[in-house]
Amino acid sequence: MKAEYNLIANIIESNSTVLDVGCDDGTLMEFLKKNKNVNIRGIEISKEKVQICIAKGLTVIEGNAELDLKQFPTNSFDYVVLGQTLQAFINPEIVIKELLRVGKKAIVTIPNFGNWKVRLDLLFKGTMPITSSLPHEWYNTPNIHMCTIKDFVKFSDTMNFKIVKSLALINRNISNISKSNIFLKNLFGELGIFLIENK
Amino acid sequence: MNLRENIKTLIIEKPLKLDCGRTINKFPLAYETYGKLNENKDNAILVFHALTGDQFVTGTNPITKKDGWWSYAVGPKKSIDTDKYFVICANVIGGCMGSFGPSHENPETKKIYGTDFPVITINDMVNAQVNLLDFFNIKKLFSVVGGSMGGMQVLQFVSNFPDKAKTAVPIACTSSHSAQNIAFNELGRQAITADQNWMDGKYNSKSTLPDKGLAVARMAAHITYLSKKGLQEKFGRKLQERDDLKFGFDADFQIESYLRYQGSVFVDRFDANSYLYITRAMDYFDLVKQFDGNLSNAFKKTKTKFFIISFTSDWLYPTQENKDIVIALNAIGANVGFVEIESDKGHDSFLLEVPDFLNALKNFLDKSYIESNNES
Repeated sequence: MKAEYNLIANIIESNSTVLDVGCDDGTLMEFLKKNKNVNIRGIEISKEKVQICIAKGLTVIEGNAELDLKQFPTNSFDYVVLGQTLQAFINPEIVIKELLRVGKKAIVTIPNFGNWKVRLDLLFKGTMPITSSLPHEWYNTPNIHMCTIKDFVKFSDTMNFKIVKSLALINRNISNISKSNIFLKNLFGELGIFLIENK
Repeated sequence: MNLRENIKTLIIEKPLKLDCGRTINKFPLAYETYGKLNENKDNAILVFHALTGDQFVTGTNPITKKDGWWSYAVGPKKSIDTDKYFVICANVIGGCMGSFGPSHENPETKKIYGTDFPVITINDMVNAQVNLLDFFNIKKLFSVVGGSMGGMQVLQFVSNFPDKAKTAVPIACTSSHSAQNIAFNELGRQAITADQNWMDGKYNSKSTLPDKGLAVARMAAHITYLSKKGLQEKFGRKLQERDDLKFGFDADFQIESYLRYQGSVFVDRFDANSYLYITRAMDYFDLVKQFDGNLSNAFKKTKTKFFIISFTSDWLYPTQENKDIVIALNAIGANVGFVEIESDKGHDSFLLEVPDFLNALKNFLDKSYIESNNES
């Protein structure tokens, strides 16, 4: 997790404005506030998590990204961050569009369903994969729209947005994803991190 | 109510032009304070009371001898920590706890104002109370906080005085009184004015008071402060000190007895004409209209940090109406947090022991206070 936060912090310019969508207990918000001196807001669906954020002195609104992003004007933040939640939305297409409208840039991280462990699980066990980053059973998982790193790259074409930066997290190491290595990154990457913007 | 010596009063010399067009001056504003104003004078919180509240926020109300209306939230180590903050609360104008209101004598006619008192608005209320800042020599309040009508005053205050509060906490309120809100208030007013003893508002010159009407108004309003679930759980169909129905119109059910009691204790402490005036002020409250249909414009000039709180079972000022304020603030990039608190206690939740609410309020204030001290 720390590696992911460091990565996001490296992408974000200091003193910028940031909206953390699905900010959870505000750990990333605190991290960015401290390390990048950003002006950061959060939106979170869980009441308990919102309470935790308030206790940390963070500015968070309780809300659902699918319904509540529309209240923010176009380009109201330099960055909008969506950490490992795209796959949990009913309409990832709408959410991506909204992220790119509200933010000048968006940072999206996805748990990679193309990872070899996931693939092996399905191949040999013949059951839905359960890994440390995807710990749920098929019937109770919030992750209803899983995708792979490759899928997300393809998604950028369909949705007509630009991937400015794409990185893979493998064993706490960060590496760039390029056209030539995407096969391997998609096989070994645990997490894909994308900085995106409108074309 | 002859314990008036317990009421601190500030005479506002400065003329105040009311929304109705009339101007008032040299009028009394009754207030109370808790805690100590620090040297930097940066720890003051102005609390606004709701329809039937008064300046006695916490501790024992010296007039009614009951707990202050916000005793759960205000006091040493509580959400609004009086060990840390200097809390000021004033009785609204139009009220009946010492501030200029319809039970006062008109100096020109030497008669009680009654319905000759000017119709006042939420705007007039906050314009009167801002004088307290000068009196205490406070340049900027740390916070303005209030629930229900108190929340409306918070919104109006920040809109009128964009640089006079660092933070603002409007709770369980609305930016515009709905048709349903107006309807319930009208029911209350009709109950009062239908009471023979009301006598066109001139009851103060007689010895009888419109107690029946005021009690009915309170009973009707009280129902709107509770949730169906809360009522069902507390009272259900339980009978009042009897084993069976009596086939008559006495209070067979506990809920009946409870409401009658609420009505009867209310008339001892509240003036019927004040009830008319204050409910009218709430009905006239429409910050959206005041800013030509765009609520965001009410807050364009402010850097105040907002924290908005609503309750799941509040059907009088439902979450959506609170959220509309959040949306208006986000539309202009204002600093706003929001949480909806889970509670079965209805609109009254903000006055009761609801730990999630009390914690959220405390955390917001305390963290913001540290933050604002670090900045300055």
